[in-house]
Amino acid sequence: MLTKRIIACMDVRDGQVVKGVQFQQLRHAGDPAALARRYNVEGIDEVVVLDITATLESRQALARTINAVAHEIFLPLTVGGGIRSEDDAAAAINAGADKVSLNTAALRQPELITTLASRYGSQAVIVAIDAKRRDDGFAVYVRSGTTDAARDAVAWAKEAESRGAGEILLTSMDRDGTKAGFDCEMTAAVSDAVDIPVIASGGAGSVDHFADVFTRGHADAALAASIFHYAESSVTELKRHLRTHGIPVRL
Amino acid sequence: MIALVDYGAGNLTSVRKALTSLGADFVVPSAPDECRRARGVIVPGVGNFGATARLDAPWRDAISGAVKSGTPLFGICVGMQWLFEGSDEAPDAIGFGAIAGRITRLEGDADQRLKVPHVGWNSLDFRGSARLLKGLTSGAQVYFTHSFAAPVTPECVAATTHANTFSSVVERDNIFGVQFHPEKSGDAGLAILRNFLEVCA
Repeated sequence: MLTKRIIACMDVRDGQVVKGVQFQQLRHAGDPAALARRYNVEGIDEVVVLDITATLESRQALARTINAVAHEIFLPLTVGGGIRSEDDAAAAINAGADKVSLNTAALRQPELITTLASRYGSQAVIVAIDAKRRDDGFAVYVRSGTTDAARDAVAWAKEAESRGAGEILLTSMDRDGTKAGFDCEMTAAVSDAVDIPVIASGGAGSVDHFADVFTRGHADAALAASIFHYAESSVTELKRHLRTHGIPVRL
Repeated sequence: MIALVDYGAGNLTSVRKALTSLGADFVVPSAPDECRRARGVIVPGVGNFGATARLDAPWRDAISGAVKSGTPLFGICVGMQWLFEGSDEAPDAIGFGAIAGRITRLEGDADQRLKVPHVGWNSLDFRGSARLLKGLTSGAQVYFTHSFAAPVTPECVAATTHANTFSSVVERDNIFGVQFHPEKSGDAGLAILRNFLEVCA
């Protein structure tokens, strides 16, 4: 039986892991390779490295980070943050990424999804959607959550799928960094609308939040950052807890 | 020395890294004939079956010659699919044909929320003993990412179920294949790669 995936995300700036609360107030969380090594031992299913600054200087640092992380783990590795072109994607993949995550660039030039899916396969292309609740829907934001994209998350996820995306990484901006739990309603709305896997992100604070997003939220995978960085919750404990709730996990 | 065949289907970085960490002596051949001299041949692959069309007659002849002389051949993901006769994903591309059967699209199951592509960790249900699976136990979990899959044939030594049951590991004489990514499957995956290297030794 296909298990639900627990994904650890590292927000990286200049080669160091940082984590913000609601996209701001960054605090230092450590060396990416050291964290990756710990994740590998603890049973994380997958790792995402997000370059949160994506300046030219940080891109070179990012290639070194990807390489260092890829040498520590034999697990799927996704890289995102500032991937704007086929060349950016190729650089990440050549450095050791298995998948790239597109956000702003996918909305600006949706044909990039198709280009990358044809070159590397859909399994290598994740479309990341940052969204907030608004009225009856879920409003998509781009440029690290600063710009209203004037799109609804459900419609955009469907379009991304039809253009060749292999997975959707859905972040609730309302919940990001709050540890108040995932936005299960938003996750379910997107997950029910597409046939590709949906990774829920934003708000993980307790083991029950993960159980919730896999059951009520219909998520295929759940991503968290700080809950794992600061060893507030061990991955093994989390997975045991999920299993007692009848949720299939890799243990 | 192991020949790791690069036919441009995705990148070889992760398979290279895994082989390096296992201390394997391997080369990425620049010409097909190098496969004839190898102790083992690995055909990796991600993405679309159509990419295997780049394994043209000279490559097929060289790999076929190596296999006939007893050299172990290991197909990974699309590389395993290529061991069969062909795939519905790219009907114009002809498979290597070492195993009878055709690759077909996985069917999901909306009621059970089983999606396609099949992405993530799923279990191997062993069907008899296999050199590739030495040291592992049935139920071992490995990382899959694919939309097409192989039928259960007599070569199937482990099957996996996602709405339907498909061959996740095949083995017959010196022909080996896995649908999942051993280079991305943690310790279980590394054990399978190590088992193949031992078969080649």
